[in-house]
Amino acid sequence: MPHDNSEFEHPHNLLPSDPELRVKALETILVRKGLVDPAARDAIIDTYENRIGPQNGARIVAKSWCDDDFRRELLEDATSAANSLGYSGRQGGHVVAVENTPDLHNVVVCTLCSCYPWPLLGVPPAWYKSDAYRSRMVREPRQVLLEFGLEIERGRKVRVWDSTAEIRYLVVPMRPAGTENLGENELAKWVTRDSMVGTGLPACPETA
Amino acid sequence: MTRIHDMGGRFGHGPVKPSTLRSPKFEEPWHARALALTLAAGALGRWNQDSSRHSRERLPPNDYARFSYYEKWLAALAELLVQRNIVSKDELSAPESLPQQPLDGNALKGPEVAGALAKIEPTARKTGHQPRFRAGRLVRTRRPSGNMLVSGGHTRLPAYAAGCLGTVVRCHGSHVLPDSNAHFRGEAPEPLYAVSFESSELWGNSNSSSNDEIVLDLWESYLIPTD
Repeated sequence: MPHDNSEFEHPHNLLPSDPELRVKALETILVRKGLVDPAARDAIIDTYENRIGPQNGARIVAKSWCDDDFRRELLEDATSAANSLGYSGRQGGHVVAVENTPDLHNVVVCTLCSCYPWPLLGVPPAWYKSDAYRSRMVREPRQVLLEFGLEIERGRKVRVWDSTAEIRYLVVPMRPAGTENLGENELAKWVTRDSMVGTGLPACPETA
Repeated sequence: MTRIHDMGGRFGHGPVKPSTLRSPKFEEPWHARALALTLAAGALGRWNQDSSRHSRERLPPNDYARFSYYEKWLAALAELLVQRNIVSKDELSAPESLPQQPLDGNALKGPEVAGALAKIEPTARKTGHQPRFRAGRLVRTRRPSGNMLVSGGHTRLPAYAAGCLGTVVRCHGSHVLPDSNAHFRGEAPEPLYAVSFESSELWGNSNSSSNDEIVLDLWESYLIPTD
């Protein structure tokens, strides 16, 4: 079996060590070589800063709370359900929705890197990418959830999804009590990013 | 057998620090630039998602541990650019000495970005391969967990789940096998399964989560039938 020795010489060491200067150096190289269009760079940044975020996933969840047909479709084929609302793209090619119930709480992690449903939730938060979250969520999920202020009752099972492939999991939290009179748009404001990763619950927008 | 990125179950990291913000954007302007450069360079089509992940994982353990998320991306991008003969080491050392060249025909153009980012790049493939395991089937994961094609190569079977008994929850269809694709050896699609493990099977019973379960997505060649 051939062993790959090229890994012992590391070209990245040729770049400045300060990350800001490192980006600048790589950018200079790629732009001057005609490999990156500065306008494309700006459009990518604009997309992830302004167009994609947890409001996308929140709309999906809120709709599933109000529309039983959509809920069934979401649980059956979340990729297609998300697509039907216009949400698709990089890191969202295969989506599976997992529903919380009184007996089951779902939570998502990626222990091997930081796979995350970008088109539905936007850029991943720092804690999701942290070594602490990645290493501990699979071993002691209840303890980690407590650190988010979330206590799961003893009789309720915790199911942790370690996203080791290209399937992206979206947690569908339970609709909070007392929201019976709210419509889809109002409900979407209750659906927090963390509630769709499984590290939080929906929260009243006035208090969150 | 393992690399440093394979950290599921590792002790010693301390508490998780949740964010108080509901929807943080980039924490630093350079994070956004690192992301944009990585995606724009990826659009050249000279590597794939799996090789990109592998290039981050094969950073020296000391670098991997001290680098923040986007620093890993930047280092891995530099490695890939050199590995794929797109940028030379001399060019990496002296960016300012490079002359401006016209935009490459394969480069992603500004107006194409929205379409490119909205495009799904599915890893599911139609094959004649019938899934070997049905939902409810007991399976054991391979042990040790390494890449069977390339020593020290990329794989998606975490060490913590190697040699463990689990239950097939569902088959996701056939998907590109990262163990092959990361090394440019072809897509080699195989059935992919969600497999559920009891926490006690992975970590023993001395754990407050011993009645809980962990589900992993695993390719067929990671699994051994239990008859």
